[in-house]
Amino acid sequence: MSDLNKLTIKQALDGLKKGDFTSIDLTTACLAQIERLNPEINAFITVRHEAIEDAKKADESRKNGVEKPLLGIPIALKDIFMTEGIKTTATSNILKDYIPQYDASVVKNLKTAGAIIVGKTNMDAWAHGSSGENSDFGPTRNPWNTKYVPGGSSSGSAVSVASNMAFAATGTDTGGSIRLPASFNNVVGLKPTYGLVSRYGVIAMASSLDSIGHFTKTVEDSAIILNITAGRDEFDATTKNSPEDYTKDLGKDIKGLKIGSLKKYLNGADENIKKLTLDVEEKLQKLGAEIIDIDLPHSEYAIAAYYIIQPAEVSSNLARYDGIRFGEERSHFGEEAKRRIMLGTFTLSSGYYDAYYKKAMKIKTLIKQDFDKAFEKVDAIISPVSPTPPWKLGEKVNDPLKMYLSDIFTVTANLAGIPGLSIPAGFIKDNLPIGIQLLGAHFSESLLFQIGYALEKTQERRNFNI
Amino acid sequence: MKFDVKHIAKLANLTISSDEEKKFETQLEGILTYVEKLNEIDTENGQAINQITGLENVTRDDTTAPSLTQEAALSGTKNTHNGFFKVKGILDNE
Amino acid sequence: MNYKPVIGLEVHVELKTASKMFCRCSTHYFGQKPNTHTCPVCLGLPGALPYPNKLAIEWCIKIAKALGCEINKVSKFDRKNYFYPDLAKGYQISQYDQPFGENGTITVTRDKDSEEIKKIGITRVHMEEDTGKLTHAEGASLIDFNRSGVPLVEIVTEPDFENAHQVAEYLKKLQQIMRYLEVSNADMEKGEMRLEPNISLQKNGESGLPKYKVEVKNINSFKFVTHAINFEINRQEKILESEQVPTQETRGWNETKSATVSQRSKEDAHDYRYFPEPDIPPIVFSKEEIDKITLPELPDEKIQRFQKEYGLSLYDCELLTKTPATSDYFEEASKVGSSHNLTPKQIANYLINKKLDIDKILPAEVIEEILVTLQTVNITDEQMSDAIKKVFEENLGVVEDYKSGKTQVMGFLIGNVKRLLPSNIDVSVVKKALENQLQSS
Repeated sequence: MSDLNKLTIKQALDGLKKGDFTSIDLTTACLAQIERLNPEINAFITVRHEAIEDAKKADESRKNGVEKPLLGIPIALKDIFMTEGIKTTATSNILKDYIPQYDASVVKNLKTAGAIIVGKTNMDAWAHGSSGENSDFGPTRNPWNTKYVPGGSSSGSAVSVASNMAFAATGTDTGGSIRLPASFNNVVGLKPTYGLVSRYGVIAMASSLDSIGHFTKTVEDSAIILNITAGRDEFDATTKNSPEDYTKDLGKDIKGLKIGSLKKYLNGADENIKKLTLDVEEKLQKLGAEIIDIDLPHSEYAIAAYYIIQPAEVSSNLARYDGIRFGEERSHFGEEAKRRIMLGTFTLSSGYYDAYYKKAMKIKTLIKQDFDKAFEKVDAIISPVSPTPPWKLGEKVNDPLKMYLSDIFTVTANLAGIPGLSIPAGFIKDNLPIGIQLLGAHFSESLLFQIGYALEKTQERRNFNI
Repeated sequence: MKFDVKHIAKLANLTISSDEEKKFETQLEGILTYVEKLNEIDTENGQAINQITGLENVTRDDTTAPSLTQEAALSGTKNTHNGFFKVKGILDNE
Repeated sequence: MNYKPVIGLEVHVELKTASKMFCRCSTHYFGQKPNTHTCPVCLGLPGALPYPNKLAIEWCIKIAKALGCEINKVSKFDRKNYFYPDLAKGYQISQYDQPFGENGTITVTRDKDSEEIKKIGITRVHMEEDTGKLTHAEGASLIDFNRSGVPLVEIVTEPDFENAHQVAEYLKKLQQIMRYLEVSNADMEKGEMRLEPNISLQKNGESGLPKYKVEVKNINSFKFVTHAINFEINRQEKILESEQVPTQETRGWNETKSATVSQRSKEDAHDYRYFPEPDIPPIVFSKEEIDKITLPELPDEKIQRFQKEYGLSLYDCELLTKTPATSDYFEEASKVGSSHNLTPKQIANYLINKKLDIDKILPAEVIEEILVTLQTVNITDEQMSDAIKKVFEENLGVVEDYKSGKTQVMGFLIGNVKRLLPSNIDVSVVKKALENQLQSS
């Protein structure tokens, strides 16, 4: 049995170039892993066996001297990314048979870069969820300990990379939906700056908060992917950036960098989380960075603001699902979707708009200003991703508000539009991974990669050996 | 605060069963009570930044690009008729 | 009548841009097969995003300026949320509290045969996107999304209209302005200009606005405007006279019945749950940029100038300025004509009465025609016979030739007579006069 699917993208690209193996080898290994583990883990909604054909073509191209940044690398896509000709469901019964007529811009870019799509991954339906349990097609399990949740909403994507089913996987992060499952699965998860990566063709959750990102095994791999997905898109009016090489600062030391600590906000967090956070802060100091306590005075209001703004935009974005032009009609919505649609409809309704939506947008502005002030003092911020380690499947499903509160360390970044990089920090009992996140100012992804890369080097990456 | 589930469901074009009604009412009232927290902050003179990117005037030239074929446009559903999307009769003017 | 009509108008104008408002589909959908001019954006497919059309926005500003509006330095788009099968996204991208233009005016005449001016307030001018088209057949509704996303400019007036005449004149003026600006043909029959009046009646002597209003939809052509409005005024009057208040509702004009008909009542006023469109950054103009969007000379201005410069009547000016093409034609003809001592009035009369196809004849050629017709009147019989006498005296041989049957010499005689006459004269008139003389001598 091949171990090629355990490689990183960087290693795979080097090996392909040298001719040590082929793209068919890589793709076969991934598909075999999927076949073995997916029945229990349920990371994939759709598996593409045609990927072998794509791999064959990639190998031929490579032989003919074609050079593309991701030529022949198998990747997975969260089933919220529109893929022409490949079923896309958002894991909701509403779209259970829907085959899109166009590709998302990010999908187009990844295909142009030569990547091979092995499948569409499971998620919380409509990206509504933090655990990976809210899919209409069954929950995804944490591959490190299948009794536990993988985190959500980009559950399948995180798991696919963690368990070597794909070399990278795309995701979306509206309130933590990349960073949380990344931290629960021992993988690197990037939530880019809002507006850095095109949202065109990604089924919209909350338009002012959705950030399009991805999962990889290493920080360097993450930068390689961002080079493909980032930049101005003529179909998304909220994008503007010119191309940049996000790998350029990898390997630079972090001496003298100032890193903000949110120690004072750790009181409610699990002991393991607290300890790991302080350990990482120490590591950063050993690497030469300076840890500075910072204040984010309005962060305690972030969840409240988020759970007004996000459902409001959700209620509007889900209005197009009426069963007329595609999909099933609205009675097929799951409970969580209905809940958010109603909450959002209420907060936008006549007489309530000012008190709820408008007020929440003002709080959002204050939170952004908190970060602006913080980044005058520090270059980046280090913070836990979740207040708790992964919880058991079924533990929080009956209390939506309790589930919402698990977003407490992640939503602030979405409200402020800033980037966040979640990297593995260690394991606790029951073989459960814990991650930590680096937050930076708008468009500071290169810096986050630089710091993340330095941290990564201080620890051994635990391989998934199943 | 009383959350009128029936009214909101209608506005949201959702059908809610009477079992769901009670459950949603409780849950949504709970969430709304939590978000009342925001009233602790005075935002009277605050501004709301709608576009966090700071972008302005993002427009495109008046040029055309090919549309979807009729077949592709209709491919998402079986409810079509002679190139049109078909829905149950909507009584409008007589 | 004891009641005074209080009418406000909402007019939608379809812009004739090449591409739609928020996507690059062609807007030339009229008469095309259904659902052939759509894309993920205007079809409301999952994941699609809007990208605004710059030209459409500039044209909206032009219209707002032409209507005397203030142009907002900061405008934005908002989502208007409601469910209807022809609304692909379940919301329409429109403008709510920061439209492109506000607070303009336009004037109409108070009544038919009246020169008294009535000022109409333009509340706002804003941009939005059109919906798909719904048609009904055998218990089912059919939807074509070709029209979905076409740019619309919505023009809302204050409830300043008092009668159907003012409304009809306003629409004609709007249509003309759209054609002058070249932003739309505003053809009502093609749906390029749509009208929704809000009509109520106020008891004479009472102040404040009436407590109800009725919206009328489906008035699809100019010829029904007056009918529909008068019908509705009469209908409401009857209700009020029987001590009741007309229901606040939306009614549709039914052509076959020649009446407004209550539409299936839409319970509650719509709660559109407007909020700023997150997918489109705001539009911000500097004063210089707003000033750069210039207007051509508009009909009202042109009419005033023609009256002053050419001394023509209001009626004549209105006819001459129907389109920019006819106005320019007249001015060109006047320039040529003035060097021949023709007055603007003479030229105007000729153009108006002759109903010329200005594409088939040059202004200079028209002047020639006019001169000819005028000259035929100015030559006296005496002048003609004197000229003929002289030619005969100097060309006796030619006259003999003609009399002996060589009629082809007529051309020679005509040419010589013409040369002796003060200005260009119709050849046939000369010929006739010569023939008369030759016969009688």
